[in-house]
Amino acid sequence: MVTAPETVVGLCARPYGLPMTGERAAVVVSDIRKHYGDLKAVDGVSFTVAEGEFFGILGPNGAGKTTTLEIVEGLRKADSGRVRLLDEDPWPRNPALLPRIGVQLQASSFFEKLTAKEQLETFGSLYGVPASRAAEMLELVGLTDKADVRENKLSGGQRQRLSIACALVHDPDVVFLDEPTAALDPQARRNLWDVLRAIQQRGKTIVYTTHYLDEAEILCDRVAIMDKGRILAMDAPATLVRGLDAPTHVVLQRGAMTVDDARAITGVEQVQEDEVSLTIATRRPAPVLSALAERGTLDGLQVRTATLEDVFLSLTGREYRA
Amino acid sequence: MTAFKSLSAAMVKGFLRDRLTLFFVFVFPLMFLVVFGLLFRDSGAEKTKVAVVGDGPVVSALAESGALELEKHDDFEAARRKVDDGDLPAVIVARGGAVELTFAAGDQTQAQTVLGVVSGTVDKVNLAATGVVPAFSFKAQPVEDASLKPIQYLTPGILSWAVSISGVFGAALTLVSWRKKQVLRRIRLAPVGPTVVLSSRILVSIGTAVAQGVVFVAVALTPLFGLELTGSWWLALPLLVLGTTAFFAIGMLVGAFCKTEEAASGAANIVIMPMAFLSGTFFPLEKAPGWLQAVSNAFPLRHMNDGMLDVLVRGKGVEALLLPSAVLIAFTLVVGFIAARVFRWED
Repeated sequence: MVTAPETVVGLCARPYGLPMTGERAAVVVSDIRKHYGDLKAVDGVSFTVAEGEFFGILGPNGAGKTTTLEIVEGLRKADSGRVRLLDEDPWPRNPALLPRIGVQLQASSFFEKLTAKEQLETFGSLYGVPASRAAEMLELVGLTDKADVRENKLSGGQRQRLSIACALVHDPDVVFLDEPTAALDPQARRNLWDVLRAIQQRGKTIVYTTHYLDEAEILCDRVAIMDKGRILAMDAPATLVRGLDAPTHVVLQRGAMTVDDARAITGVEQVQEDEVSLTIATRRPAPVLSALAERGTLDGLQVRTATLEDVFLSLTGREYRA
Repeated sequence: MTAFKSLSAAMVKGFLRDRLTLFFVFVFPLMFLVVFGLLFRDSGAEKTKVAVVGDGPVVSALAESGALELEKHDDFEAARRKVDDGDLPAVIVARGGAVELTFAAGDQTQAQTVLGVVSGTVDKVNLAATGVVPAFSFKAQPVEDASLKPIQYLTPGILSWAVSISGVFGAALTLVSWRKKQVLRRIRLAPVGPTVVLSSRILVSIGTAVAQGVVFVAVALTPLFGLELTGSWWLALPLLVLGTTAFFAIGMLVGAFCKTEEAASGAANIVIMPMAFLSGTFFPLEKAPGWLQAVSNAFPLRHMNDGMLDVLVRGKGVEALLLPSAVLIAFTLVVGFIAARVFRWED
């Protein structure tokens, strides 16, 4: 039934997973490796990010996302392979490149006891940016009313937004964000999504890592799914999901109809019933839904299409666990 | 604003807003200065008090000389009991021409003092009564010797100690906290050199040391403590700067090996406390045994202390700076070099 893996592997085999846009490349990573003893943290990773693209590196904790990002940023040296960042080598430390990239680190990377505004002014001064830019950055991330609040008095979401503002204060071309939404409550995550979209609209290239597959699906132009130091698949989220050829699941309340009646509907491939619900799997949802409508069983109905989690499952053979 | 200026400003703000740091840099050493200063203020100035029963020319002469404090008693038995109980060292009984001294033999030094004063006064009164011109004349004159009033050695000592605290702790804690919080990493990703970051941090430490100097000397100069500065006090400034760089280098070395602020603060204490005790912070080293004086030569604090003492209260000139400065510069260079070699940007 599951024919998806071949399709996805086919995508992966494309050299460096060239972007769809065909614009100039901001990041070109070729076969980088980083081993710590027996642990292959990064084991032959290649990808290209076009200018203006929102690129996500996904995967569970320990997949090698952060190490990959650090090699691209120039914080770590790869054992082998090559990285070109805005047509420059990030390693060894390249001062000419530094003003053109922005890196968001942990939410705690602040100067002690300084206010939000002072943090931005201080980080900005490292790049020769006038202090006036602090106000603009605070507005961008929605922290204008927190300008005079000290970093340790900000909430988790506010700290994340401030730390992104600090990464952007010198107006870089490429922005690297490492798990910016980790450990945030759902509301704070959604606020941050708006910030990330606003940054992309400014024409920035964004490379970010996350272990929230649903979030990447919403935000990213393209994603690379990583596991155990390797990229398993890379493409636009919708393409990856479509390539999976996974059935759509229609979920009804238990007792809305019998299992046999459900099986009789044209296009239904599989029917499952548990204590609370009846789940119908189909690859042709339109006729199934209209048949259900005719029977008047649309109450409490849910339609669940395949997600990146299903892609991960089909690629690795195991459930996705962040 | 340049990176140097804004980094310095950021660190000064962080410093002034951190009450715990302010406490350990200013209040804590000041507490030692106040406590020891008040405790030792009157040491050596207290007069011995004795009981007196009766009156006469000898008692008048004793009162006039001011060598002893006299406590008048009418009843000999009561006075005698005070001596027996150890409250007073002696009782003098003057009846007509006879002067009788009863003293406690427990405290030899005090007994000898009382004995000497009383017998000397009796001799003098006897001589005056005979009207004979003395064959030998005697004159006593006080001079300032090398031994100092406590506040005179406490102030330079505690100031040097305080500078070592702010230097070592400042460097170690900043380094560890910045590394742990990835601020170092963030700075490394910005187009500023490490020299800018390091020099702005050292400048803040030097500013702190000068502020400590001003505060401590100002407190010690109040009449309560009575510090007397000599004319060459301004020579303390180069010592404050060089002391700061030496202790800053030590702090960088401590910070390179510690992963958490707690560990760094423990390690800094292990470095500072023994050094402070062995370097003459709380007592003059002249009174210490020879081996201790020899050991103390290994510590930069000892040399900073010596220099401070010489220029603040002993009135010595630039030549007194030579050895301490040389030692402090050597410490800065050697320890700084090692610290640079073991420096890590991240854990």
